[in-house]
Amino acid sequence: MAPKELKYTKEHEWVRLEGGRATVGITFYAQVQLGDITFVELPKKERKVKQSESIAVVESVKAASDVYSPVSGKVIEVNDTLLDAPETINKSPFDEGWICRISASDPGEAESLMDAASYENYLKELGK
Amino acid sequence: MSTSNHDFKKTPLYNKHVEARARMMAFSGWEMPVQYTGIIEEHLHARSKAGLFDICHMGEFFLKGPSVEENLDKLVTCGIKGMNRGKCRYGFLLKENGGIIDDLVVFKISREEYMLVVNAGTLEKDAKWIREHLSPGNEFSDKSSNIAKIDLQGPLSPKIVSSLFDRPELENLKRFSFTHVDWDGTKCPKGTKIMVSATGYTGEKGYEFFLAVQAAEEVWDALLGFDGVKPVGLGARDTLRLEMGYSLYGHDIDEGHTPLEANLGRFVDMKKAFIGKERLLRQQEEGFSRILTGFVCEGRRSAREHYSVTADNAKAGEVTSGVFSPCLKKGIGLCYIDRKLAIEGREITITDGRVEIRARIKKPPFIQKG
Repeated sequence: MAPKELKYTKEHEWVRLEGGRATVGITFYAQVQLGDITFVELPKKERKVKQSESIAVVESVKAASDVYSPVSGKVIEVNDTLLDAPETINKSPFDEGWICRISASDPGEAESLMDAASYENYLKELGK
Repeated sequence: MSTSNHDFKKTPLYNKHVEARARMMAFSGWEMPVQYTGIIEEHLHARSKAGLFDICHMGEFFLKGPSVEENLDKLVTCGIKGMNRGKCRYGFLLKENGGIIDDLVVFKISREEYMLVVNAGTLEKDAKWIREHLSPGNEFSDKSSNIAKIDLQGPLSPKIVSSLFDRPELENLKRFSFTHVDWDGTKCPKGTKIMVSATGYTGEKGYEFFLAVQAAEEVWDALLGFDGVKPVGLGARDTLRLEMGYSLYGHDIDEGHTPLEANLGRFVDMKKAFIGKERLLRQQEEGFSRILTGFVCEGRRSAREHYSVTADNAKAGEVTSGVFSPCLKKGIGLCYIDRKLAIEGREITITDGRVEIRARIKKPPFIQKG
């Protein structure tokens, strides 16, 4: 369930690195835990973020959850379709449900993140 | 899916929820289904077809005796003496100081026999209070562990109920009326009856069934056998009731508030004597500062319980319930607010200290129901 080309955080964010460009979202597991997503607060473009800082808020019917940035850098793009169709994250968490793109200031940071196999193990541990 | 905890009680329908792969959670000491396929989908299904709810956790008390009518009339705020057999009424148990002990529905079976349906979380408290106020010669029995409660709510309900019990007149059972139907099942003795009331907590046409726990799984399966019936969890039960502006005990109403403050005076019969009346009379005379009303948020972002309500930069109240409304696609909720601000359309700001949400006062219900 965890695409092999992505990296993962313990808070269930994923990041796709293409050169210095990082695309960020939340995982399949995260959207299942949240339930129907009803609102997304997107970051402003040009905003600088540090790794692990809260970069977005995802709300479901009953609760709200912070999304923490997997990498440091500057927000260069946000997924506006989530404003009217936040349920896209439930339907396509790794693809159409991307949240924002960051120009990574330190691509080496991603080394500290989990790869797909480690993330899948991590999920198994959580399930126990 | 959370692992089940042996400290929590299971309803007779627990295995059905596990088979259906429902997400379970603890609610008032019970392991209950929050959702099956998704809160929004289940909510919209109940509003367009028929949703089936496991409500076995609620309590059922029976009061029997020559003067139960009198005892009840003093205990609850709704009029008891004027009730006809086969009717039920919504009202409150109040403390001496007018604070709400619980909200409940009273069913008049006969002049000497009533059934009370109470909340799961307040069951022990209610039982103790009622017992203390019952005259000698009258009996109180808590039949909650023998009685299963299942709700069917949605536009398809009337035809389904008439068909299931082979009683065409059930289609037109008046709201707040109840009757008994025969149940010829395999798990209970011959002559078993099910009590069916035209009541509910969703705003839709619907019914509540009270039956022996042995028959619960059978009746659940029989109802699911009808086209258009799907199970609905407590998550959607909450969004459905909030779209109607119905209060939830422990959130919108509690011992710290009177029915007048909760804007539920229509369920109080001020013409009779009842416990807690003095405080209400004083409130009618002297007024009170905050009242319960509804609000709609500007957009999809929802306000949540305990968020502060502000107006003109001053704190004016607090949110008691808040969710995303699947029908309106906006945040909605209930709040206590300074009375002078409880005006239709009044702009308010709701905040948790971090985020600010713009909203407008809207007296519930938030959606129009036939």
